[in-house]
Amino acid sequence: MRLLIPLFIVTPLSAGFTEHSLANEFVHIPGGEFRSVIPEAEGDNLVAVADFSVQEAPVTNAEFLRYVLYNPEWQRGSAVSLFVDDQYLSTWAGPISLGPESAPQQPVTQVSWFAANSYCEWQNARLPSWYEWEYIAAANVGMADARALPEWRQDILSWYSHTGGDQTGDVRGGPANYFGVFDMHGLVWEWVDDFNAFMVTGDNREQGGADELQFCGAGAITMEEKENYAVLMRVAMLSSLEARYTTRNMGFRCARQGEIRK
Amino acid sequence: MNTGQWILGLVFIVALDMSNAQSTDGNSLPPNSVYHLKVSVEDQFGKVTGLDRYRGKPVLITMFYANCPHVCPMLISTIKLTESKLSAEERVDLRVLTISIDPERDTPAKLREILERHSVDASRWSMVRSQPGDIRTLAGVFGIRYKQLPGGDFNHTTRIVLLDREGTQVASTEQLGHHDAVFLEAIKSSLH
Repeated sequence: MRLLIPLFIVTPLSAGFTEHSLANEFVHIPGGEFRSVIPEAEGDNLVAVADFSVQEAPVTNAEFLRYVLYNPEWQRGSAVSLFVDDQYLSTWAGPISLGPESAPQQPVTQVSWFAANSYCEWQNARLPSWYEWEYIAAANVGMADARALPEWRQDILSWYSHTGGDQTGDVRGGPANYFGVFDMHGLVWEWVDDFNAFMVTGDNREQGGADELQFCGAGAITMEEKENYAVLMRVAMLSSLEARYTTRNMGFRCARQGEIRK
Repeated sequence: MNTGQWILGLVFIVALDMSNAQSTDGNSLPPNSVYHLKVSVEDQFGKVTGLDRYRGKPVLITMFYANCPHVCPMLISTIKLTESKLSAEERVDLRVLTISIDPERDTPAKLREILERHSVDASRWSMVRSQPGDIRTLAGVFGIRYKQLPGGDFNHTTRIVLLDREGTQVASTEQLGHHDAVFLEAIKSSLH
């Protein structure tokens, strides 16, 4: 019996995406000081963030599809299990097709930290650090730091309470925040470069001097402050992940250092 | 050339080709082998290799930094203690790789000093540093968490990982100060 193998090459253009739909600009973020929920040192939660730039929206399925077309070693079924778990890109119809579960303009999810990191490197970029992410996530539409507003917290907490559902919306569904960045809350959770800097579990409890082994002893104090709860949920999430894990709600966006102000 | 010679030649070429495929990395590695990671490391003598410098031997891996006041010396002494429970024949096949999370300060000279201070067997141990940008990835692979503190110190989890001969992580321990019996058994069986 002869097997007929359909031979065709899928390119981003033949897959129906225009360059416009793949644009995800890097937005300049002026640095500054802010109070983090994760103090750098005990009792001192003032953190300085240098100028950087960040993609205005989470990376979409369409963008990630383009990436795996150019980098077949990151296609589902080809990516090695050192770098991804068995749910990697599981919502896609196939290794190089999105299908009905994954619209082109939805944020890509089911991606591991390794995959996200590799994507950003391909963009001559990197993942944002936690402090960078937290800094831009503190904004609402009109203020750089809106965290003291009860409605800011309430919005996030009400989003948490209904996530876990089936599908996320498209990126840029709501207004841009103060920095010109979309979807910091309300769509997906996001990988950060130093996700494995959080040590809130008690893994080393049997040893003496456990406090010295565990960052975040100080973080646990602020965990009790209600206004930080919304953001600390993110920290708790990140601290529970391994770099090869993928989840239905976890996406990412890329950042660059010291972008020249336009 | 008659047909027999031709076929023999073909077999020879195929055999050559297969041996090449075996020796080049990639395809022959198990999918979860840490040797898929393309990072370079520089040891206490300034020698630069891939992470797979000990491929073919079981390896103990941990991450540390030289200026660490309490935990890192304990990490090293825990590995030494665990090794001391092996027979001499077992030990000769085991390798140890400790990777610095502080490449700026942990120069080869500094790493050599630490090796000498702990009088470990440098024919089987390497203390290495990597490129700063690769440390998060290495930590991600080995399930180690770390954070740099203001002033240059680090907080980090203390995990010792056992790799089998092809770089698959087969066991790990986070116990310090004494040998972890289950972990020791895993080391022994990887050596046999």
